[in-house]
Amino acid sequence: MSAQQIEEDARDSFYTLARRLNAETRTDETLFCELNAEHSDFVRLNQNRIRQAGQVQHARLNLTLIEDRRQAEAQCDLSGDLARDFEQARALLRQLRLRLRHLPEDPYIQFSTEATRSDHWPTVPLVATGAAVTDIMTAAQGLDLVGIWASGELTTGLASSVGHCHWHVSRSFHFDWSCHGGADCAVKGSHGGVAWDVTPVRERLEAMRAELDIMTRPLKRLTPGRYRAWLAPMAVAELIEMLAWDGFDLKSQRTRQTPLLRLLDGEERLDSRVVLRESHGAEGTGLLPAFTSEGFLRPDTLTLIDQGQAGTPLVDARAGKEFNQPVNAASGAPESLIMATGDLAADQVLNRLGSGLFIGNLWYCNWSDPNYCRITGMTRFGTYWVENGMIVAPVAPMRFDDSLYGLLGERLLALGADASLMLSAQTYGGRSLESACLPGLLVDGLQLTL
Amino acid sequence: MSAPVNFHSLHDLQALAKVFATVAPACDYWSLRLVAEHWDRLEVRQGVMEPAALGHSLGAMVTVVTRAGLGYAATNDLSRAGLRAAGRQARDWALAHDQHGLFDAALLPRATLQATYDAPVEEPWGEVPLSDKLALLQQANAALAISPRILDCSAWLGWNSVDQLLVSSAGAQIAHHLEFLHSGLLAVANAGDQTQRRLGGGADWPQQGGLERLAALGFVEAAPQVAEEALALLEAPECPTETLDLVLMPSQMMLQIHESIGHPLELDRILGDERNYAGTSFVTPAMFGQYRYGSELLNVTFDPGVPGELASVVADDDGTLAERVHLIRNGVLERPLGGALSQARAGLPGTANARASGWDRPPIDRMGNLNLEPGSATLAELIGGVERGVLMETNRSWSIDDSRNKFQFGCELGRLIIDGELGELVRNPGYLGCSAEFWRSLDGVGAADTVEVRGLCNCGKGEPNQSLYVGHASPPCRFRQVDVFGGGA
Repeated sequence: MSAQQIEEDARDSFYTLARRLNAETRTDETLFCELNAEHSDFVRLNQNRIRQAGQVQHARLNLTLIEDRRQAEAQCDLSGDLARDFEQARALLRQLRLRLRHLPEDPYIQFSTEATRSDHWPTVPLVATGAAVTDIMTAAQGLDLVGIWASGELTTGLASSVGHCHWHVSRSFHFDWSCHGGADCAVKGSHGGVAWDVTPVRERLEAMRAELDIMTRPLKRLTPGRYRAWLAPMAVAELIEMLAWDGFDLKSQRTRQTPLLRLLDGEERLDSRVVLRESHGAEGTGLLPAFTSEGFLRPDTLTLIDQGQAGTPLVDARAGKEFNQPVNAASGAPESLIMATGDLAADQVLNRLGSGLFIGNLWYCNWSDPNYCRITGMTRFGTYWVENGMIVAPVAPMRFDDSLYGLLGERLLALGADASLMLSAQTYGGRSLESACLPGLLVDGLQLTL
Repeated sequence: MSAPVNFHSLHDLQALAKVFATVAPACDYWSLRLVAEHWDRLEVRQGVMEPAALGHSLGAMVTVVTRAGLGYAATNDLSRAGLRAAGRQARDWALAHDQHGLFDAALLPRATLQATYDAPVEEPWGEVPLSDKLALLQQANAALAISPRILDCSAWLGWNSVDQLLVSSAGAQIAHHLEFLHSGLLAVANAGDQTQRRLGGGADWPQQGGLERLAALGFVEAAPQVAEEALALLEAPECPTETLDLVLMPSQMMLQIHESIGHPLELDRILGDERNYAGTSFVTPAMFGQYRYGSELLNVTFDPGVPGELASVVADDDGTLAERVHLIRNGVLERPLGGALSQARAGLPGTANARASGWDRPPIDRMGNLNLEPGSATLAELIGGVERGVLMETNRSWSIDDSRNKFQFGCELGRLIIDGELGELVRNPGYLGCSAEFWRSLDGVGAADTVEVRGLCNCGKGEPNQSLYVGHASPPCRFRQVDVFGGGA
């Protein structure tokens, strides 16, 4: 049986399960059924050898039962045996119905009443993990490579008693790795997509060999102070990810918990070249479902930061009801961020930097003072000292503590002309399909503290 | 107690284990870890009930050793065919590891232990009606809303149970029944461009157990103080930026122990497994047995036997008997946090800490219960010995380098200490330093009656990523001459 046929059977099975559950509901009840399934291979490498390899197969069903302005949610695993899964889900449904009797009214219930439908299937076959990992190990011969290969299929299904029928399948891979030349001497690679070809990884590995030659030079140790710096796209991603943490969601903005509070109040503004969009249209990766758990369809694009000023917040169904705003997101956190590029060409970065820090990656960022959008974190992989436009030495890991109002404001000198598409390597609770497409940033001073 | 619908009992897990034994692949060794989880979460925010969420999960992790290879497969298809398929998948991965493996899988310990662990529960979650829990939450939430400046407030109660059965082809049969209570309060206060939050009611104090914990936490009773402190922080001056003595309460000590002792002592980091993600360690194998990690007052144990602590267990997820051991004694580093496989790879002693976050992740070296042993000082003596300093409590922010050396922490609340007396509140308190030097500045450790058994539910590590529970018990501690700072531009 082909992979496509297996998937179509899985879809039909889910819709049958949902139909049977809907048949159990009363006329005054509304039921949403959501499936989240993962079939993934994970191969962990250390010293360019397999450290730990395996496979995870998991399917979860989420039920939301709504009746008389009350709602309750439940979750269970699905085994793949329709009869067994139906009995299990039906028992949960009964439990939810009993629970609703005791719950107070919920004024913030909101779901789509439009019976939308969609079907999204991958256009590429699954990547053969064993062959891909062998390709990588061959290309990395002689390197101390550490990392994780993750690949497989992720499925989201949504069916409701309203009539929603949505099915979204994605197949993707992600190889996230680093190569090491000793203590504090490492460079980073990351490559993800839908169709596997070892060539980009091989090319990156060759570049990393050259970078490691530089990294093995004596470390330059900096003293705390403010340094001119180029932040490569992966470093920018770490900073921008901090804004995903309560930065853009309507609830955090209305309850004044957002770290962008001073921007919202007009007390601060970012450089007018700073434009951040959440994009699920043609600009996006197409890996994420176009629908939310409540049956809403996401807009193609939202401008979160518009020419340095606060733009449209992310509004999930619950916040939309609470604050009387239209729904435009599945949650309060962005999942497919795009930052507008600038005019600094890649081959001009070192010249324009002159003397200062070339920062490949940042690590372990956290809020230092969210009221001032102040972030602390560490430099990590591929960070160099540059003099007169030439890389001269690797830099020992340094801590920074600085405000995004400065880095993306008065100290922003230039944005890279090219953006890098970075798929998330996160696998907490399942493989993430989030992404960010960001340029690097040249800043006139990053505050190092330790 | 009425069992939740679809409750998967130990008996169910044993039945599944018997099925797997009949379809296990031909191999040198296998283990099967079956995990059934149940949960329930209730929250009232701003007087409105958030969607109540309950659920359950049941799955299997199959580990296979064949030749020199080790592989795993996790599935929630627990039919005979599903278990057979998982066994075959695990064997296929073991064959790949046999060809390209980092180590000989013969190093993996063969679990033979037979043991049982039951978490202490006095007042089970299911014995208290839903309506009573909701009333408690409404009451606590209302007690947080004491001012128009409180712009957001929440009260929550959560419960989860984990039933795990580990069996192996070598005869292991290890059953755990764990239950956890998660309660919390949050008050968010705002005035102009200043927003402050305060947690309480057990939000940073999770333990094993049942609803009996609420009385000890003073759940509803704690609410007014939580809100008052959030409001008071709005008007408080910024924490000063200077080098001062520092008294850390257990609610911050747990993060300090976690990040700058726990993670650097993880043996898989020292072996390089985590260099691409969680990081490496400034600790090297040569340091064990001689390295002065901290002052004479620093004693740290791996202790899986503390009643109620989050990671109290009878054995780890590779089937090694869990026992209390010193990692640091009188300031000198003795042994790492490493399970039996890492111990064999490194040739070092370790601990029973090969742990997995659930049935869908393989075990790796984790912290378990990592505790700082008490000294002899009262809290008043710790404060009394400070001429000028800051007391900090409740972690708000954490960051540390990938070698676990250069750290920076932020706390929710600070109080100045002047001439041995607690002074005014200060907001946005933080401090930074290096692990290797910081612990040597430890010069006061609270006595046994000041110890708080706390823990974290979001320790992240591993590829694929795993988030799990770790326990940290600690008294308040005093450190000399630390760089502290406050908020602002």
